[in-house]
Amino acid sequence: MSGAADLGAAIEVERLSRHFNGLKAVDEISFSVGHKEIFGFLGPNGAGKTTTISMLCTLLKPTSGRASLSGFDIVSQQDEVRQSIGIVFQDPTLDDQLTARENLQFHSMLYNVPKGEREQRTASVLDMVGLGPRSADKVETFSGGMKRRLEIARGLMHYPHVLFLDEPTLGLDPQTRSSIWEHVHELRQQYDITVFLTTHYMDEAENCDRIAIIDHGRIVALDTPGNLKHSVGGDIITLKAEDVQAAQKEIQEKFSIEAGITDVSEADGSAGKRIRLEVPSGRTMLPHLLKGLSVEIQSVSVREPTLDDVFLNLTGRQIREESADKMEFMRTRIRRRRMR
Amino acid sequence: MRRFRAIYIIWLRDLKRHFRDRARIFGSLGSPIIFIFILGQGLSASIAAGGLTGGLDYKQFMFPGILGMTVLFAGVFASVSIVWDREFGFLKEMLVAPVPTWTIALGKVISGATIAAFQGTLMLLLAPFAGVHLTPLLILELLPMMFLVAFSMTGMGILVATRLKSMQGFQMVMNFFMMPMFFISGAMFPLKNAPRWLDGISRVDPLTYGVDAMRAIMLPNFPNRYPLPLDILVVGLLSAAMITISVTAFSRQA
Repeated sequence: MSGAADLGAAIEVERLSRHFNGLKAVDEISFSVGHKEIFGFLGPNGAGKTTTISMLCTLLKPTSGRASLSGFDIVSQQDEVRQSIGIVFQDPTLDDQLTARENLQFHSMLYNVPKGEREQRTASVLDMVGLGPRSADKVETFSGGMKRRLEIARGLMHYPHVLFLDEPTLGLDPQTRSSIWEHVHELRQQYDITVFLTTHYMDEAENCDRIAIIDHGRIVALDTPGNLKHSVGGDIITLKAEDVQAAQKEIQEKFSIEAGITDVSEADGSAGKRIRLEVPSGRTMLPHLLKGLSVEIQSVSVREPTLDDVFLNLTGRQIREESADKMEFMRTRIRRRRMR
Repeated sequence: MRRFRAIYIIWLRDLKRHFRDRARIFGSLGSPIIFIFILGQGLSASIAAGGLTGGLDYKQFMFPGILGMTVLFAGVFASVSIVWDREFGFLKEMLVAPVPTWTIALGKVISGATIAAFQGTLMLLLAPFAGVHLTPLLILELLPMMFLVAFSMTGMGILVATRLKSMQGFQMVMNFFMMPMFFISGAMFPLKNAPRWLDGISRVDPLTYGVDAMRAIMLPNFPNRYPLPLDILVVGLLSAAMITISVTAFSRQA
C-alpha cells in the first residue's frame, strides 16, 4: 500500500460506464478527487450514484472506462483497492447478533489489521463515534443512528485512504444526521482521509468541498457548493398568483426576465404552481416587480439560491423526488382514469 | 495466512452465533426425541416381529439413522444461513473485504460442519434411551464420521444457497430435498427388501453411506449393507466433490 498513495489523486475516474441490459446507469463519467477532500455525489434516486460507488468499490465491473483509487486500478488490482477503502453502504451490513466490539474484530481480521493494534484501534474508533460505553452490547439493541455510526467506525478500522459513504444519513432523524456530519468532518482531521459520499439531500451536500451533480448517469456539473450556487446568478424570487400564466407573461413582457413555472409543495402542506425567477438582487428588484404587475400576486418570497435551484437550472426538475414522485404517480393515475 | 485468518473468523462468527442461540441448540433435539420415543417405541414391537432389523430392537436400528438426520438438518441449515447473511446485508461486508470469495464459502462449509458435528454429538446423549451402548472409543470413531457426513451436507447447503434468493424458499428445500434424502437413506427402515427404484435412488444418496457407516460403528452385530471402508470412501469423495462444486459455484455467482 506504500508509495502509491502519495502520487496523484485519491480517486481518478476516466469515461467510466456501466450498462444494465442496454440502460446506461452510468454513462462515461470522468472526475478526480484530491487527497483529504470531501467529495459529494448529488442526484435523485436512480441517477447512478450507487452504481458508481459499487464500481469504485470493485463490487461491480465497469462496462467500459477505467478508474483508480490511490493509484490502484479497480479492475486489475481489486485486493489493493479493497484494502485501501472503507465503505458504509446504504443498508446496514452489521451482524446484529454480535456485539459492537465483535463486529469490529471480525472486520480487522478480514482487513489484516496487525494483531497488536486491534484492541487499541477498536477502542479509539468506538470512542470517536461515541459508542465506547456500548462496545459489549449486541448490535440488535442499537438505534439506526448508532448502527450507522458503528459502521463508520468499522470502515476506519483498517486506516483506509478513502471512505465511501452511500447515503450516510438516509432514514435518520435531523439531529442524528447533523451528528453524523460532525463525525465526517472530524475524521478527516484525525485520519487524513478522503471522503466520497452520495446524497440526495441538497442541504447536506453543502458540507462537501466539491459536488458532482449527477442525473441520468451523467455528471451535469462539478464544482464547489459556492460556485454552483453562484452559477444560478443572484437571488430567487418566487411568486404565488391567481393566474400564473398571465403573471409569467406579464413579467416577461414588462421586465424581460425569464420566468419559469414550477410545482412546489410547501412545508405547510400546500402545493401548487409558482412563478420562479432569478434576479441579480432580489431586494432591489422586488418593489419594482410588485409595482409594475397588474395581475394579483398572493404571496412573495425572496431567497438566496440553494443547490436545489442549481439542480433545477441544470435539469429542469426538482430533486425532492419523494414528494414529487408521489405527485407524479397520482397525476399519471388521474390521467389514466381520464383516458378511459 | 490472510486467507486462513479469513476462514477462521468466518468460522468463529458462525459458532458464536450458534452457541448464543440456546433455543436452536436444544430445540434441534426435539424431533430426534419424538422419533425415538414415539415412532421408535410405537413401531418397535411390530417391526421386531417381522424380523426386518436383524434381531435388533427397532429403536437401536433407527438411532444411527436419526443421528444422520440431525447431521443432515443441522449441516444444511447452518450453511444455508449464508442466505440470511445476504438478506440482512452482512454478506456484503464479507464480499467487499480484500479476501477471495472462496474463503467465505469455505469458512461457511467448515463452520456448518462443526455445528452439525456438535449437534450430532449432543444427540448421542439420547443413545441410552434407544438402547445403544456407547463407549468413549465408539464416540471417538463416530466423531470423524459425523464430520465427514456433515461436510457433504454443508457443501450441498452452500450449493442450495447460491440458488435461494430468500429464506422463504427454504421450506421447498426442506420438503423436496432434505426429507427425501433422509427417508431414502435407509435411516428409518432397512433397504434390503425395498423396491428396486427405491434401492436405486438410495445408492446415489450420500446419506445412505453416512448412515450405513454410523450404523456399522454403533451396532457391530448388524449385517451392514456395504463394508465400512467403502462407506468412508464414498462419503469422503462426495464431501470433497460437494465442497469443490459449491465453493466454485458460490464464488462465481457472488
